[in-house]
Amino acid sequence: MEKSLTWREFVITRLIQASGYSAIIFVLLIFFFLIREGLPALVEVKISSLLSVRWYPIEGYFGLLPLITGSLIVTLGATLIAVPLGIGTAVYISEIAPRWMREILKPLVELLGGLPSVVLGFLGILIVSPFLRVLLDLPTGLTAFSGSLLLGAIAVPTVVSVAEDALDSVPRAYREGAWALGATPWQTIWRVTLPAARSGVLTAIMLGIGRAIGETMTVMMVTGNAPVLAIKLGSLFSPVRTMTATIAAEMGEVANGSSHYHVLFFIGMVLFLISLVVNIIASSVVFRAKKRAERILS
Amino acid sequence: MKRVLTVFLGVSFLIISCGSVDASTAAASDSSAKYIENKGSDTIVNLALAWAEKYQAEHPDIRISVTGGGSGTGIAALVNGTVDIANASRKIKDEEIAEAKSKGINPVEHIIARDAIAVIVNPKNPVNQLTLQQISDIYSGKTSNWSEVGGEDRPIVKLSRETNSGTHVYFLETVLRLGNKDDKTLFSMDTLLLPSSEGIVSEVRSNPNAVGYDGLGYVPEDLKTLAIAKEAGGMYVLPSIQTVNDKTYAIARDLYMYTDGEPSGVIKEYLDWILSNEAQQIVADLGFVPAK
Amino acid sequence: MKRLFAQNRHAVQRIGFSLITLMAVITVLPIVGTVIFILIKGGPAISWEFLSGFPHDGMRAGGILPAIIGTLYLTTGTAIFSVPLGIAAAVYLAEYAQDNRLTRLIRLAIINLAGIPSVVYGLFGLGLFVLFLKFGTSILAASLTLSIMTLPVIISTSEEALRAVPQAFRTVSISLGATRWQTIRRIVLKEALPGILTGVILGLERAAGETAPILFTGAAFFLPRLPGSPFDATMALPYHLFVISTQVPDMPIQIQYGTALVLLAFVLTMNLIATVIRSRARARRQW
Repeated sequence: MEKSLTWREFVITRLIQASGYSAIIFVLLIFFFLIREGLPALVEVKISSLLSVRWYPIEGYFGLLPLITGSLIVTLGATLIAVPLGIGTAVYISEIAPRWMREILKPLVELLGGLPSVVLGFLGILIVSPFLRVLLDLPTGLTAFSGSLLLGAIAVPTVVSVAEDALDSVPRAYREGAWALGATPWQTIWRVTLPAARSGVLTAIMLGIGRAIGETMTVMMVTGNAPVLAIKLGSLFSPVRTMTATIAAEMGEVANGSSHYHVLFFIGMVLFLISLVVNIIASSVVFRAKKRAERILS
Repeated sequence: MKRVLTVFLGVSFLIISCGSVDASTAAASDSSAKYIENKGSDTIVNLALAWAEKYQAEHPDIRISVTGGGSGTGIAALVNGTVDIANASRKIKDEEIAEAKSKGINPVEHIIARDAIAVIVNPKNPVNQLTLQQISDIYSGKTSNWSEVGGEDRPIVKLSRETNSGTHVYFLETVLRLGNKDDKTLFSMDTLLLPSSEGIVSEVRSNPNAVGYDGLGYVPEDLKTLAIAKEAGGMYVLPSIQTVNDKTYAIARDLYMYTDGEPSGVIKEYLDWILSNEAQQIVADLGFVPAK
Repeated sequence: MKRLFAQNRHAVQRIGFSLITLMAVITVLPIVGTVIFILIKGGPAISWEFLSGFPHDGMRAGGILPAIIGTLYLTTGTAIFSVPLGIAAAVYLAEYAQDNRLTRLIRLAIINLAGIPSVVYGLFGLGLFVLFLKFGTSILAASLTLSIMTLPVIISTSEEALRAVPQAFRTVSISLGATRWQTIRRIVLKEALPGILTGVILGLERAAGETAPILFTGAAFFLPRLPGSPFDATMALPYHLFVISTQVPDMPIQIQYGTALVLLAFVLTMNLIATVIRSRARARRQW
């Protein structure tokens, strides 16, 4: 009985360990596949072509710059919307709202996070785009701004949840100390609580940005998908084409193994690397902040 | 909580079994079912769907699945060997034929209907007609304001299908490049590439600055279709079954289905039926032009 | 002078609080508005025929049963692959892993998996499951793709739930002679179950609503019958909504809103269940 128990224990422990390592395995697998199918693009298409400003793959124009700028401008717009709103809402929920409202608001915001992106895109083409076109007197409502607005809506719940958790975990003693010194609640929030929750809030922002960069369906439906180089200020109110929409729109049509196929995987690789970099920065910020906190508290 | 879980499991079980009952009755008659996979052009997809529905009603032992994705998608799938019939609203390209041959696939072309490409504008737009050259200049970016072609002082917002669409490629070759194979004109960079016909229709419907193009079958009655002249000074013609057949409408094309080699068995029967009067009537009903 | 300063502070606070409250309202109101809007516009389309029938007339009439069933199949498939693996990985991180470099690497990997764009998962699924392993466009390929995407959510929430169980529980169990695994299985997992369940449901909810990962791995425009095997392609609610709102001409607007409503209801119900589980567990918690 003893022996079979320890043997079973051994097998199960090994299985659990293997599951633990699985995350690394999957990340490496994904990275490997993207590289395997994406790197040939660098061989088949000249770098100068990849860095050109024309994206028209069926005639051999593989300029990635319009797509990259498209993604960047939509993400920038979304971040400018989601971060203030998200942190503001988090502050409200955690510091200002009465207890009963907090219990309602938290699930409500989480609800928004669950809204499928295709539903938001659907409402975008039916309502948001025409509305924006009329409101801002634009040639068309299918613009980067519409994308940013909806992406902001998608990213806000992430920012709110993580930021609110961070604010919530700031020890009460911090606030009480500030009040004891005569600070108003408002001053306490801005000068004590938020700085104390800094690493969590930064994580929230980074996660929000990550969510915005990676969104596909919504941008495909409302940004117009025009491969324009989006570097002027007015570009925000013009159609753009994001990297994610490009992959989604064109992947179905490519012949397996063609240059177009490889370039699309290359774009996927770029997206993967961008999210990798964002995450590494975020976790190193948190790591360093934690170390600092440990030093202070010890 | 256990009770909640049980209820939830029970309900989902009920729903799944409802579906399974349907599937099992289908499966019972399915053991001898023949499956036809049909994929490709978004222009043809609704026609293919109508055909599939009609055909399956008359032949319950045949299962036809229809998917869109664009002509390029369908041909790519044929080349990869994952579909039986590829729908395409443009001719297969030489590179694609070469790619197919290298994988042992021999694409055979069947013309299954004809289509007119309508150029549509918002009903409030005063412009009624344009020449091919004018349309080409609009889409290549040379003309950017409606006032230059007789309209109001408004910016022209150009709508197009995505590059994987046969309609897009056809429009590029026939209108932008006016049929000239050596012409390298491209769509202007700020042309909006919308993932579907409906996207074009809804934008044109709500935006007075917009111009778009799509198969006649996709153009609803409340949008204005422009009359097209092949050359300046020529006759301006609206698209219809008649003007396509007598070749007075400038932008008309054949619609194709491609198979791997000459079709046989159930695929041959289906393709033969598609060219029958019954199926071609469906073509006309949906706004396309019958093949004959 | 001091008095002025004091009044100033309170004025600033009042303005600041109003601003923050306004922000919260701006965030929350659209959510409620959107749900109510879709409810109103889509409600009329909902009927037993709509929920249990097949689409007719080029999908312009009839019901959306195959899309509903397809989403159920995909969600179940995702659960089969991601739940056991995810919980096991969480157990490893919470109970076995030491605070060394390898563990930090694992955590980094999880955060990265969480951040990968959904369309890149679609690409990966296409490359690995559809083409390389030759599963073809199938429920199997789509479920596997969705499950890797869902893994990070399940792992992180489950790990948190496991960590929340007080150490005392484990210590007492070991001191009574139980092995580590027995402790985990009979005590820790049981106590953490509501938290784990919440995470699982939230993860599956996201999988049910995603379109991009299934675009090239399993979704079909129209299938005449329900899928018969995991190697068949399937219709699915999010893809169906995308298709009928962008690809099919003359699609009655009510059907579009109706489909959006069904998808929303599916997702929100899962959300509600997860929230209820979480709050009831919190209330019943003995620690």
